[in-house]
Amino acid sequence: MQLIDNEKVITLERKAKEVRIEIIKMIYKAQSGHPGGSLSAADIVTVLYFDILNIDVSHPQWEKRDRFILSKGHACPVWYVCLAKKGFFPMQELSKLRVIGGILQGHPDMKKVPGLDMTTGSLGQGLSAGVGMALGAKTKGLKFKTYVMLGDGEIDEGQIWEAAMSANKFKLNNLIAILDYNNLQLDGKCSEIMPLEPLADKWRSFCWDVKEINGHNMYEILGVFYDLKKYQEKPTIIIAHTVKGKGVSYMENQVDWHGKAPNEKQFKQAIKELEAK
Amino acid sequence: MTEAISTREAFGQTLKEMGEKYKDLVVFEADVSTSTKTCEFAKAYPDRFFNMGVAEQNMMVAAAGISTTGLVPFVSTYAVFASMKACEQIRTFIAYPDLNVKIAVSHGGLTPGTDGVTHQATEDLSIMRSIPNMTVAMPADAVATKVLVEKAYQIKGPVYLRFTRCPLPIIYPKDKTDFTFGKAVTLKKGKEITLIAIGDMVFHALKAAEILEKKGISTGVIDMHTIKPLDEECLSQVARETEAVVTIEDNNILGGLGGAVCEYYAEHFQLPVKRVGLKDTFAESGEYIDLLKKYGLSSEDIVKAAESLLSKEN
Repeated sequence: MQLIDNEKVITLERKAKEVRIEIIKMIYKAQSGHPGGSLSAADIVTVLYFDILNIDVSHPQWEKRDRFILSKGHACPVWYVCLAKKGFFPMQELSKLRVIGGILQGHPDMKKVPGLDMTTGSLGQGLSAGVGMALGAKTKGLKFKTYVMLGDGEIDEGQIWEAAMSANKFKLNNLIAILDYNNLQLDGKCSEIMPLEPLADKWRSFCWDVKEINGHNMYEILGVFYDLKKYQEKPTIIIAHTVKGKGVSYMENQVDWHGKAPNEKQFKQAIKELEAK
Repeated sequence: MTEAISTREAFGQTLKEMGEKYKDLVVFEADVSTSTKTCEFAKAYPDRFFNMGVAEQNMMVAAAGISTTGLVPFVSTYAVFASMKACEQIRTFIAYPDLNVKIAVSHGGLTPGTDGVTHQATEDLSIMRSIPNMTVAMPADAVATKVLVEKAYQIKGPVYLRFTRCPLPIIYPKDKTDFTFGKAVTLKKGKEITLIAIGDMVFHALKAAEILEKKGISTGVIDMHTIKPLDEECLSQVARETEAVVTIEDNNILGGLGGAVCEYYAEHFQLPVKRVGLKDTFAESGEYIDLLKKYGLSSEDIVKAAESLLSKEN
């Protein structure tokens, strides 16, 4: 693993903190949305947009850009915040989440949001779209990588495993899945609703390479992405162990915070906690 | 008997020819290529042919994904599986983002015959028609198929094209190329009744028209190969020139061609209509021609429908 620059980590940690604050602000303003899964994915999505993805804000449709798909589309606040902070659209749009006439739909619409590579929201679909993009790169002889972030609950969907099989068939060593493994789905713990373990073995048996990281540790996140940029033999999944609601004490590991907005008191506390970090 | 060829075969040949011409054309298949005839393309262009196995849902969204890289995917399987197993995938990941994916499917209607209900697609036209951004069409013979398959490539956005398993008589001159999505073909004008048919039923409508003419009834025949966008101009003209209409489709009479035509006439003209098609029922295993007779889609049934409409009027 290559040495990670401490300065970079500090910068990205600050960025992720800002992203979390914006997520809470927009969900509070909208009084609806999914904070838990947005916060658990925040460190990884921040790293992708501010260090890893080869993208050009002035050319959102640039043919050779890396692709990112947030397959767990309900966590789109984290995607919207990163795209806005990157400059794909004005930050003011973030205050118009889930409102008529706005571009920021309750679940992401690629036709409305600049820089957003795939419509998602119905679970279990993003990996198939990623397979298509990675196949497109191979067919056209382009070098870009396709990153797909999956929720843990959503891999209950059979189509995920269809996609996993096909990624192996076509030897998609340009496709990277990241599992936001916070172990909570809408109705409860993954281990109770639909047990996923032994998860790494499942992916290995589908002929994927498996990496496991702490999804909130910038050194580990950067390390795994750098390694994969240098060399990737097969389709690879990064199983990122995360905490649902990460950064807001009363939301952490609480299934109730899958899909509801904080009230005023909760909002103030969340912002206070995030700013103190 | 005139020459007959299945439209799946015409599709397979056309796709192969297009592969040479259009280098950005790719084909997705779900393990039925020898049946849907995409095997011809596969042999000629293996690098642009992706057999996704028996996994239609993954195939459909992978096609959506590849279309965003600028390639133009034709997705092939049986109509019943594309339209229902992968229905949400089509609706949310192809039609909603208006992606350039062509869903070109064989075994439309009762044409899989002896395979039975599991393989017959008799609701797909209705389902696909209700999805925004979709173009939905079924060519009536091999000549129309060749043209419409290429036009599907040329237009932007999602298209659902349905073909037959069984051979269909060639009804158009081989050099006819002026088929356009959303533009019906008037095969014959009639003053008393007009038969509006789609796909494999156009031939049966022509046969029915011959019988009706012999009985002294002036009968028109329209090939409404595209049910969406619907050729309203043609329907309006039919309403002004004729007294009643029979729609004929190899599909449930709910929501498909009959539904579309009735919706139009209910809002714009008070024209009597009768719908010939599957009467909200499943069929069964049997030879295609026998199924048409048993389930009321034969030329004789079309004649009966026309006569009953006209007798009601008199």
